[in-house]
Amino acid sequence: MSAVIEASGITKTYQMGEVEVHALRGVDLTVEDGEFISIMGASGSGKSTLMNVLGCLDHPTSGEYLLNGRDVSELAPNEFAEVRNTRIGFVFQVFNLLPRTTALDNVELPLLYDRTRRIKDPRAEAVAALERVGLGDRITHEPNQLSGGERQRVAIARALVNRPSIILADEPTGNLDSTTSLEIMKLFSELNSQGITIIVVTHEHDIAEATGRTIEMKDGTIIRDAVGAGRQME
Amino acid sequence: MRLRNLLKVALKSLTKNRMRSLLTSLGVIIGVAAVIVMVAIGQGAQVDIEAQITSLGANMVMIFPGASWSRGVSHGAGSQNRLTLDDAEAIRERATLVTAVSAEVRVNAQIIGGDSNWNTSVQGVDPEYQEVRDWHTVSGEFFTKRDVRAKAKVAVLGKTVADNLFPGSDPVGEKIRIRNTPFKVVGVLEAKGQSGYGSDRDDVVMVPATTALYRLAGGRYISRIFASALSTEVSEAAENELVAILREEHHLEPGEEDDFRVRSQAEFLETATETSRVMTLLLGAVAAVSLVVGGIGIMNIMLVSVTERTREIGIRLAVGARGSDLLIQFLTEAVVLAIVGGIVGILLAVGVSVFLDRVVGMTAIISPAIVALAFCFSGAVGVFFGYYPARKAARLNPIDALRYE
Repeated sequence: MSAVIEASGITKTYQMGEVEVHALRGVDLTVEDGEFISIMGASGSGKSTLMNVLGCLDHPTSGEYLLNGRDVSELAPNEFAEVRNTRIGFVFQVFNLLPRTTALDNVELPLLYDRTRRIKDPRAEAVAALERVGLGDRITHEPNQLSGGERQRVAIARALVNRPSIILADEPTGNLDSTTSLEIMKLFSELNSQGITIIVVTHEHDIAEATGRTIEMKDGTIIRDAVGAGRQME
Repeated sequence: MRLRNLLKVALKSLTKNRMRSLLTSLGVIIGVAAVIVMVAIGQGAQVDIEAQITSLGANMVMIFPGASWSRGVSHGAGSQNRLTLDDAEAIRERATLVTAVSAEVRVNAQIIGGDSNWNTSVQGVDPEYQEVRDWHTVSGEFFTKRDVRAKAKVAVLGKTVADNLFPGSDPVGEKIRIRNTPFKVVGVLEAKGQSGYGSDRDDVVMVPATTALYRLAGGRYISRIFASALSTEVSEAAENELVAILREEHHLEPGEEDDFRVRSQAEFLETATETSRVMTLLLGAVAAVSLVVGGIGIMNIMLVSVTERTREIGIRLAVGARGSDLLIQFLTEAVVLAIVGGIVGILLAVGVSVFLDRVVGMTAIISPAIVALAFCFSGAVGVFFGYYPARKAARLNPIDALRYE
């Protein structure tokens, strides 16, 4: 197994007026290819900040972050954008789909910004991604015509479409009811079983239990990192 | 992003807010239409003026009596009239750069003819006058050189005079009386319409120059001499030649001032053209200001749009758009607004110009150059005023943009 993520000594400090907020105080994390990890912790424990750093949405204040063996902690904005575009799929709590835009167009979006043109037919790829999340019959629907669960599936399809090294999901079930949450987690574990590396941030223990490895954070550090059995979800 | 996708995204976001896009474009539409119509009116006026001046006679050179000076006080133009029929004769014989020469003697007189009478300007001229002023008879004939030599009592009537004295009938062959001297009408002139100063050029009777001078005016001096230069190019040389001949005729010593003035049609044309060109430029410049105001409207709406769509910008950045992608996207929207406005503005301008031409009767000439210029300018307005809002979008940070409520 090769490491997808090798992060060491990651800190992140925000300046809020006069006060310095230490969101991350030295996080070390290694993620192997094919892992399914959940990150837990109370609000303000630094989970989202860590996700933003891992997702290349934000630079760490200090520390080293290797993604697929490449140091991405000090990339220029354009290279940073390219990493987000080609290596990472991000799923948000609030879905973050473009309004009044069809599911297909939403999913195709990352491919429009792909300068490498490694995917020959973006349209077909987007359709395939939607079929993969079980929305093959909903491709022309706009977000306001879809349920919360379906919207999150569209967002997951969008995260999948650029064939990323890793999918990062920041509380993907936070806005969903428990039945739908279960479905979404089932989808994640299905995708994981197909070989995709996934990190999920969650509040809920039963969701965390579904993953192979649970990391608990508090005050900007990792306080527990346990490899579990990865209970099969039914 | 590929151009096709860029345009698709731009059109989509513009059509989401139809009314807003329309009103924003309206600024550019009015600006572009104003520039084109104003310049079209200016150029129309220019062509009108040129046509009018040319209708006075192509390459015409005029000689006026000069001003006299006594003890340093000017008595004004014509105060010392020394132009004579001999001067005209001298020019006719010796000038090489002019083709036709005609004297002109002006007399105001009461004319009796048919059942009525009419007060008008009687002009004593030579037959060459027809050529010099490009003015011919529509009925009958102009009088001849023989008539001039014989001081014949023949007259050619202007359209206005003919209509007033002999309404509804051809006056050729009729008798009229000018200052109680009987004249035979030999021809009627074609209508020339109003002069540039608003006077009726057809309100005139023409008689031989000698007849007017000796039988009507009873003097020695003539009012003006007209000549036609061989071509527009030599009209200045012809002027100089006429000056030399007249100085010799008038026995002026070197250093003595001319006692006559020479003006060419080309000079009038140049002055008039220059004036209308400045006017066109001025109208265009004022209209261009409205185009700039339209551009500010685009900038305003694009700024609103960037703020409204901060979240969308965040999403695009999160999935891997670069700042430059967003810069180009918002710039495309601004340019599409401006260019659509430009195209509609051009169509509107064509409509207005045709209306002015056909219905109002103004000459409005749309030149392709100004249409192209206005179109390019509207595009440039889009780029210029779209750049600042687009850059604002491009510089957003993905996390801040995603958190924006």
